[in-house]
Order: sequence, then C-alpha cells, then structure tokens
Amino acid sequence: MTSLSTAAQSGGLPPADEAAPPGPEKVRRRRRPLSSRALPYLLLAPALLFELLVHVIPMLTGVAISFLKLNAFYLRHWLQAPFAGFDNYAFSVNFNSAIGAGLLRSVGVTILFSVVVVSLSWLLGIFGATLLQRSFRGRAILRTIFLVPYALPVFASVIVWKFMLSQDTGMVNHVLSSLHLSDGKTFWLLGNNAFVSTAIVAVWRLWPFALLTLMAGMQSIPTDIYEAASVDGAGMWQQFRRLTLPMLKPVDQVLILVLFLWTFNDFNVPYTLFADSPPASADLVTIHIRQSSFITWNFGLGSAMSVLMLLFLLVVTVGYLFVTSRRTHDA
Amino acid sequence: MRKKALAFLSAALLAASGLAACSSGGSGSDANTITYWASNQAPSLQKDKEILTPRLAAFTKQTGIKVNLEVIAWDHLLDRITTATTSGDGPDVVNIGNTWSASLQATGAFVDFDSATFKKVGGKEKFLATSLSSTGAAGKAPTSVPLYGLSYGLFYNKKKFADAGIANPPTSWTEFVADAKKLTNPAKGEYGVSFAGASYTENVHFAYILGQQYGSDYFDASGKATFATPQNVKGVKRYLDWLGADKISIPSSAEHGQGQDAVADFTSGKAAMIMQQTGTTASIAAGGMKESDYGVVPLPIENPLPPGGRKITSFVAGINISAFKEKNTEAALKFINYMTSPAVQVDLNKQFGSLPVVGAATSDPAFQTPTKKVFVDVLRNSSKTMPMVVNESQFETTVGAALKDLVAQQATGKIASEADVKAALTAAQQKLTSGG
Repeated sequence: MTSLSTAAQSGGLPPADEAAPPGPEKVRRRRRPLSSRALPYLLLAPALLFELLVHVIPMLTGVAISFLKLNAFYLRHWLQAPFAGFDNYAFSVNFNSAIGAGLLRSVGVTILFSVVVVSLSWLLGIFGATLLQRSFRGRAILRTIFLVPYALPVFASVIVWKFMLSQDTGMVNHVLSSLHLSDGKTFWLLGNNAFVSTAIVAVWRLWPFALLTLMAGMQSIPTDIYEAASVDGAGMWQQFRRLTLPMLKPVDQVLILVLFLWTFNDFNVPYTLFADSPPASADLVTIHIRQSSFITWNFGLGSAMSVLMLLFLLVVTVGYLFVTSRRTHDA
Repeated sequence: MRKKALAFLSAALLAASGLAACSSGGSGSDANTITYWASNQAPSLQKDKEILTPRLAAFTKQTGIKVNLEVIAWDHLLDRITTATTSGDGPDVVNIGNTWSASLQATGAFVDFDSATFKKVGGKEKFLATSLSSTGAAGKAPTSVPLYGLSYGLFYNKKKFADAGIANPPTSWTEFVADAKKLTNPAKGEYGVSFAGASYTENVHFAYILGQQYGSDYFDASGKATFATPQNVKGVKRYLDWLGADKISIPSSAEHGQGQDAVADFTSGKAAMIMQQTGTTASIAAGGMKESDYGVVPLPIENPLPPGGRKITSFVAGINISAFKEKNTEAALKFINYMTSPAVQVDLNKQFGSLPVVGAATSDPAFQTPTKKVFVDVLRNSSKTMPMVVNESQFETTVGAALKDLVAQQATGKIASEADVKAALTAAQQKLTSGG
C-alpha cells in the first residue's frame, strides 16, 4: 500500500484539485512514453527470469516428478514414466512401512537438530554481539576471527572437522586423551555421538551469521536510550533484558526464521561428514530424501518426500510469522 | 530511454541464451574428442591419472582422438552415472563396476554390444568367458565389456603369523577367528583384521560371499529379492562379529569408507589380515610393504559347510567399460578396442595389480607370480557371478547401507543379534521393492 501511494505522489497521477476530466490532448501530453512505463518491468525481468530458471521451474518439475513412477527404466526419457497418482505420497506417509517410518524418524531428528542448532547459534550470537558492542582494543580482529567459519568454503571446513573427529587418527580424541579426559577411543561420528558432532559443526558454521545480524541490529539502537536507562539506575542485565532484547525483536523474527530454514535444509554439513548413509541419530531429512532417490533410483518417491517437506516448512513459516507478528504488534 | 530499455532486454536475452548454451554443451559435438570417466583402481585418484595419462596419449597419437580423463571415486561413481543418464550430459566412455551391468543395461542409456559392435572392439571371443559372465542380463546384448579382472583373497602378514606361532593361514572361519584372536592385542594397538565397514560396496561383497557359503541367494530364479533368509542372516552375522562378538577387528574399521583405509592398517602393522581384491597388491606396494612380507590365500570357508552351502570365496569381480548412446560412439568404440587390446591390458593390469580380461594377455609372466595365481584360481574355481538382475545396483546400495549401520552399532557396543540382522535386511528389501 505504502509503495502505491508513494508512487502516486511522485508524479504518476495529478493532484486532486486538478482532477477535472482532462481533454484528449491533455491526456496524451501527460502520459509517460511507453519505454518509460515499461522500464520497471524491464529492470525486473532479469531477476524474474533467473528466479524462474533457478527456483520456480525446477520446483514445479519436482512436483511433477512426484506424481510419476520414475525409476531406472525411465531415467533417460523421464517424461514417458508412468503416472503414479498419489502412490508416492501414500508410500511416504505409510508409517507402518520401513520407508514411512524412516521418513518420520528423520523429520523428528531434523526438528530436534534444528532447535538445538538455532538456539545455540542465537545464544552465541547474542553473547558475542553484546561483548563486541563496546569499543575496546582488538575488537576489529576479534570480529574478523569470529566471522571466519562463515567465510570458509563449507566442504573444505567440514572435511577438516571430519578428520578431527575420526576415531583412530582424529585430533579431538588425541587432545582428549592427552588431557586424560577420555580414553581417546570415542567414536564421534557413529551412534548417538554423531548427533552431537553434527550439531557442533553446524553451530560452528552458523553462529557467525547470527553474530553479524545481531551486531547490525544493535547498532541501530540509539545510544541515548541506554544513557537514559542508566540515569534511571538500570544495570547492565536490566538494560539487556528491558532494552536490547525488545529492540532486537524485529531482527530476531527474521534471523530465527532464516536460521531455522537453513538448518532444516542443510545438506552440506551432514553429507560431507557422513556421505550417503548417516548414522540413525544424524539422519537429517535432506540426506534421507537424497538417499530415497539415489539409493533405489526412485526419483518419484524422493520428489514426493521433498514436496511434503516443502509443505511442512511452508506451514511452519506461515505459522511462525503469524504468531511472531502478532506478538510484535501487541508489544 | 527506448535505447536503454532495448539494452536491458538484450542483456536479459544474452544471459538466457548463455544458460541455454551451457546446458547443451557436450563432447559429442567434436568427432575427435571423447570424455572418459575412469574408476579408481590405483592407491589414489592422482595415481590413476598418472598411470592412465601416457596410455591415453599413445591412443591419441595412434588415432588422433583426444581423451578428456576424469577419475571418479567408487563412492560417487554410481551417482554420477545415474545423473548422467538422466541429464543426457555424460561422458562418451565410462568404467562401471561389473556387478552393475544388468542394472545399467536396463536404463537403455548405453551402446548395445551386438555382434556387429563386438567386432569393432575385437570380437566376443577375445574376452575371457568368466569375465563376460558379468556384462548384463542373460539373453540380452551386453552394454559393457570387461576391462579389468578382480577377485577376493585373504592377505596375511607372514611375520606377525610367525611371531604368534601360527604355522598356516586359516582355511575355515573358525580357524580365522582363533588366529585373529591370537593376533589381537588392543593395548598395543594390534588387531587380527581390518576392513572397510563404512563402504557400502565392500559390505555387500561380504554379505553376498558369506550368504553363498551358507547356501542362500539374495534373489530367486525369477529375480525376486530374498534378502532376509536365515542363511543370509547367518552370513551377515559372521561378518559383523569380527567387530562385535569376536572383537578381532580394529574398531576404526567401522569408519573406514574405502578399502584403502584397511590396506593402510595392514601395511602399518595395525592389522595382521585383510580381505581385499586383486588390485590391493599395488596399494600394499605403495604402502611400503614388500611382496615377500605377506601371503595371499583364498577366503576361509565354513567347515563343515552348512547344508546347501557353496564353496564360494569371491564373486566374479571386475571393472567393465561402457559407451553412452547418442555420443561419439565411433571414437568411443575405438577407445574401448584400444583399452582391451593385449598390450594395453598387460600394461594397465600390471600397474593396477588386477587381472587381464582378454585371453591373449593372461600368459604374460607378470600374471604368473604365486600371488597372482591364487587370484586367477579363485576367479576360475570359487567365484560366482553376482545376480545379473535389474535391481542389482539397488541391492548393493540398500544392503550395503544397512550393513554400514550395523557395523557402526558393533563398534559402539551394541552387538547385533540374528533378529537385528533380519530386521535390517527386511527393511533393506522393502526399500528395494519400493523402487519398482
């Protein structure tokens, strides 16, 4: 709405007092040339085109594939694959079968994983941003160091983690046994430890983004509010709780949603750590769906699972935005 | 303004056409260039490149056809081939695991070797019959020809055996476990055996070989999956027990993603035995161990053999070579003919430690050493061809992944019961049948 009224004021339409029915000549003179009217659309066209190419068309193709029985025999000419109706969806949600039960378990693991990773990333981010808010010697260097995990290429950094976490020759076990904290024979990438390891690596990758966003958010809070608060006798903790946190609410609303979507959809970290078949505790849904496609060459089933995940994330996102915006308005 | 608008429009069109150009690119357009995806046969991908490059250069010199080489690790090869099959944007020539032959044949993406095509690569009779048995489903024209021959053997460290007072290498699994226990000393970081428990291909090889020894197949005569038979369960349990109940394997076997990891344990003295394929001889040499330091014998067999059990110690292992359809087929077939010519077979198999697949190359002295003779003998007398059914590659991925999970459980202390194994194999079969 705002943008429409702004456009009207900026010269698109005549002011109200001149709104008398203009003669045909007047209209012709006032109407902008075609090229000028088309310009906004032309400017948008490349972005729209790439959006279509990169997101929309592949997504619709995925939805189409989910209704096909697309297996090894039809890979080359997938348009000729037989129509499967809702069979792939029925398979995915039949929780009595190995496939449905596996998907359900994987979604559960992924939700838990996302909650842990997003919470820890946000906590570390807010802690770091608060520390870095005040000026001190070496602040710029610390900032840079904190941002390194986010700047490193994912594959390179996660493969280093994989080496460090390996049981026989990994640095983590070596350090822990040197410090007499363990016998140095722990499997960090197997069993339930795999969940902990994946979460640690994911938090290590993600928290700098939370830090960056929260730092930017804090810089937009006027300093005089803090000065007024301290005159009124508010301590550090009270200032943080009663000023910083409420003022950061709009930033948090977006940040937490983005962190959640990224974590839920993260493919790079688990795939680099475990390749095709992760341990049950770290069986995140992205890898699970990939496996369902590639392990049995059943791309229809994989696509159906992807569509279900898309719907799930849509519901979560809309619900989250609904709840958080209402709270923001109430506040 | 109009000019500007036109400029934007042209930029957008250019960008779009650029993308289209990207997707239509392929080597098929140039008659004198082919792309070749080689599998990993040497101790490292780099070493593969070093071995193949001079051979490819000689081919280019001979025919004028340039070969773009990419070596692909085993963990990714099937995925890459699947993707190439779907997109149609694959190489001209590709190495495949010979057990995948029937599955890949079913995709219809590869050139059929009918009698006319066979002639272009030197004729069917040029290849060994054993190797030809693993090139596709019965009654259909194969879509690949053999390239390197392999079979399984048990490698043992002679000095460690002598130190432990073991006179002869084991011939039965009972002897194997007893010997391995004598060779295991966790305090010193020494173990009886090492294996690649996180490699789906290696896992499935043992599931198949041991299943045969207990007397069961993974597919019945009609091609229907029969994974969770009591015999297959016993076979898998035997394999898992190395790490679980028997505790004779180095624990990190559960994290070993490729055979090379087990070889490293063998050459560094951490493990006294490994069960690997022919080509391992090259990796052991690269690890600094002399041929005189180790011995090779066929894999142990249950003694007495269970009812219905078979004296199988390997599958007909090996690498095949295929040409993608709708590519540079003529040049691809010339290249396949060259790669399977006797001189190149002798040279490459010597360097990769594998066995020739063409009759004319087998008599070369390089393949008459005592070690090589064991592998040749296993391939001829105690190997069985993996089921040549369309679902074979899915059998490998589903059962291989299920075993990877079970092996990991052994390492973390949850010893699998026969019921656990049965449940895992049943779930694997459900996944396979959902693939249709």
